[in-house]
Amino acid sequence: MAASPAPPAALDAARSYAQMFLIRRFEETLLEMFSLGKLVGTTHTCIGQEANAVGVVGALEPERDVVFSNHRCHGHYLAFTDDVQGLLREVMGREGGTCGGKGGSQHLCKGNFYSNGVQGSIVPVATGMALAEREKGTDGVTTVFLGDGTLGQGTVYECLNMASVWSLPLLIVVENNFYAQSTPSQLTVAGSIPERAQAFSVDTRHLETTDVEPIRAAAEEAVAHVREQGRPFFLVLDTYRFSPHSKGDENRDEAEIEARRQHDPLLAAGARLDEAERLAIEQGCESRLASAIEAAEAALPAGAAA
Amino acid sequence: MAERCVHELNRALHELFVERDDVYLIGEDLLDPYGGAFKVSQGLSSQWPERVITTPISEASLVGVTAGMAIRGLRPILEIMFGDFVALGYDQIVNGISKFREMYDDQIEVPLVVRLPMGGGRGYGPTHSQSLEKALIGVPNVTTVAISEYHDVGALLTAAVEDPEPVFFVENKLMYGRPLRRPEGGYVGELRARETSGPYPAISLSGSEFGDDAVTISTYGGMASLALETATGLILEHELFCEVVVLSRLQPLDLEPLLDSVRRTGALVTLEEGTLTGGLGAEIAATVQEQAWEELRRPVQRVGARDGIVPAAPDLEAAMLPGADNLIAAVLSVSGARV
Repeated sequence: MAASPAPPAALDAARSYAQMFLIRRFEETLLEMFSLGKLVGTTHTCIGQEANAVGVVGALEPERDVVFSNHRCHGHYLAFTDDVQGLLREVMGREGGTCGGKGGSQHLCKGNFYSNGVQGSIVPVATGMALAEREKGTDGVTTVFLGDGTLGQGTVYECLNMASVWSLPLLIVVENNFYAQSTPSQLTVAGSIPERAQAFSVDTRHLETTDVEPIRAAAEEAVAHVREQGRPFFLVLDTYRFSPHSKGDENRDEAEIEARRQHDPLLAAGARLDEAERLAIEQGCESRLASAIEAAEAALPAGAAA
Repeated sequence: MAERCVHELNRALHELFVERDDVYLIGEDLLDPYGGAFKVSQGLSSQWPERVITTPISEASLVGVTAGMAIRGLRPILEIMFGDFVALGYDQIVNGISKFREMYDDQIEVPLVVRLPMGGGRGYGPTHSQSLEKALIGVPNVTTVAISEYHDVGALLTAAVEDPEPVFFVENKLMYGRPLRRPEGGYVGELRARETSGPYPAISLSGSEFGDDAVTISTYGGMASLALETATGLILEHELFCEVVVLSRLQPLDLEPLLDSVRRTGALVTLEEGTLTGGLGAEIAATVQEQAWEELRRPVQRVGARDGIVPAAPDLEAAMLPGADNLIAAVLSVSGARV
């Protein structure tokens, strides 16, 4: 009996859920390892924001498109590279890490993926990358991820201006989680976020959802706009992070966090799968993660051989 | 008549644009007929309009834009109108350009050039006259190069563009209109000249055929001519011979030509146009004393600008910047000669 091909929508739903679940469990594992004293340094998790990474990166082509991410970069990195082992070893400071242990959690580079840890630094470099891709004629789209906190940096507006004046293939994604570290955005962000880009004649889209499917659809439209028109695009995704800014620095109201858990992106995506399929995906992620941890823990500390 | 410095730099840029299609020039007011505030970029936008990108006044971002271009395979040259404005891009230098290659575990390179017209003497006042090299030489993984009128400035610029590392390229503003004074037949004027090999050579000049010079003067950039004039005057007025070592690569410090000279003279004076504290002279003094203590008869003396602003009024500016009197006093103090 010939197997009937699975409909593309179902395939996407399963893959999206698998990617988001992997990112979720990867970062929960990091926080557990910190609490057990198995990790040093710092990390910034995107727990609750996974649909943005998976939805936007899913619309990109890793062979020719470029991603520049920020301190909260694990989700973007895993969605773009699927490199669990490299990231885990990098964060753990073990041999075989993405950047040999030199970068750690927030300074990653692999293929067309980059991240850096200073908010104002990132958009200018991504703007230059978009300019280079245009000049090389690659038709590549450069996507830069920032948060609402980064909107306080003047370089964001310098670059919106240049990207518009120069017609650069740059997709700016603002993950608006309503907090800059501990400070709520009503204390730091005046006016409308999309209108900030519209002032530079940059087209925008604003989504208030944590569902990966509409995010993916909006990202596909945004990427097509950038690729086909050679114009920048500004995509604002309202979201919420369930985890602390970093590790133990939580000061938000617990009731607020609990209320937002009803919009956990894993709930919407998981509901599209039948339970057996969902459990199989989760089990697959758990065992992949477990073996990655085992291998990473067995690896030498980065620099130990030197 | 030797070419003027501005023409040599301009000619090198034209040649680079002919030879490489990955070279881009980016910065403010670059388009013809203006051709950049100091005219170094003249003619380029007419010939290569697609590779000369005139920009808004956005230095804080432009330094990063240049880095992004370089990481993705171009060879961008950023012209900062006045070197003072590089301060706006300092985050990009410290947290980006100096970090990317090493923190990404050598997976990428950042082959960019930032051209920086520095220096005073033109009455432009406190924010358009500084020599900020010291803010660059303290940043690891960044090469800082300064041209002098004794160097082949076009070759230096070409070497900087071809360098896989990021290069900050310091051009002294007073030099632009002056003719270059390249060594001819092994001499600059009455002084014997030696030039080291490599992309960023040091030029040593001796009043005694590298025989019994009493003092080494280490300098670079726009101060080189002051050092040379002073060295010549000291021969005539004090019968005191100096070796002048004109560095072109400031960071990583090109130490060997200095040590070589100090082994002969046993005395060192450093001369720089920037404010004295924490400058290149301090770095040279510390390093030479670490590596050649036994060679030194006297403590190293530093000459630089007074720690303060560069005033606009000509007499005030001249009093703040290092002059011949300051240099002569320092040389005589380490030479042991009586004034």
